[in-house]
Amino acid sequence: METSPLIVQAAWLGTTILAAGMFLAFVRLVLGPSLPDRVLAFDALAIMGVGALVLVAIATGHALFLDVALALALITFIGTVALAISLERGISK
Amino acid sequence: MMSWVIVALILLGTFLMFLAGLGIYRMPDVFTRMHASTKAASLGVGLLLLAASLYFWNMGITTKALTTIAFVFITAPVGAHMLGRAAYLRGACMWEKSVMDEAEGKLKLPKSAGEESSGSEK
Repeated sequence: METSPLIVQAAWLGTTILAAGMFLAFVRLVLGPSLPDRVLAFDALAIMGVGALVLVAIATGHALFLDVALALALITFIGTVALAISLERGISK
Repeated sequence: MMSWVIVALILLGTFLMFLAGLGIYRMPDVFTRMHASTKAASLGVGLLLLAASLYFWNMGITTKALTTIAFVFITAPVGAHMLGRAAYLRGACMWEKSVMDEAEGKLKLPKSAGEESSGSEK
């Protein structure tokens, strides 16, 4: 375990930068002209959430957050595939 | 020495993920947005998990991080492929400055979708 206040500060700074990127993706989720745009923005938001969980694991020193990140990555993939299939087959009106 | 490597990995990874968000916001159509988000975001997650495995320096945690990296690298292209195919089949507009459409006339909607839509219209 390589503890250093520099790494913790870098992790919090990275969380801030990541929050800015998540805000931009969220704006696309709200504005998105078509449904695939929104699904894509949601997918990217979830992947950024995985990254944010990894940064929080580094910043707090709790490795438990990495399990949460792995579970979130698993669930996100299933959600994206399900939404893509329902987009392709057509949504019943 | 090691802490500088970890800091560099963290900052590079977050910068790449921020670029993914910026690309999603600024790019002109679905396919270019997908191009921005998939590659930058999966590479960013990979760098961050590498930083975490160097930081904790523990066999179990490194295995977990490598598993997550492999999973993201396998699933991100699959999800993007399915989403791009669905967007193309639904007739998503391409940017007006796009120069070629290689899937034109090759990709068609499956039969069941046409039947479903015609059935629901009646």
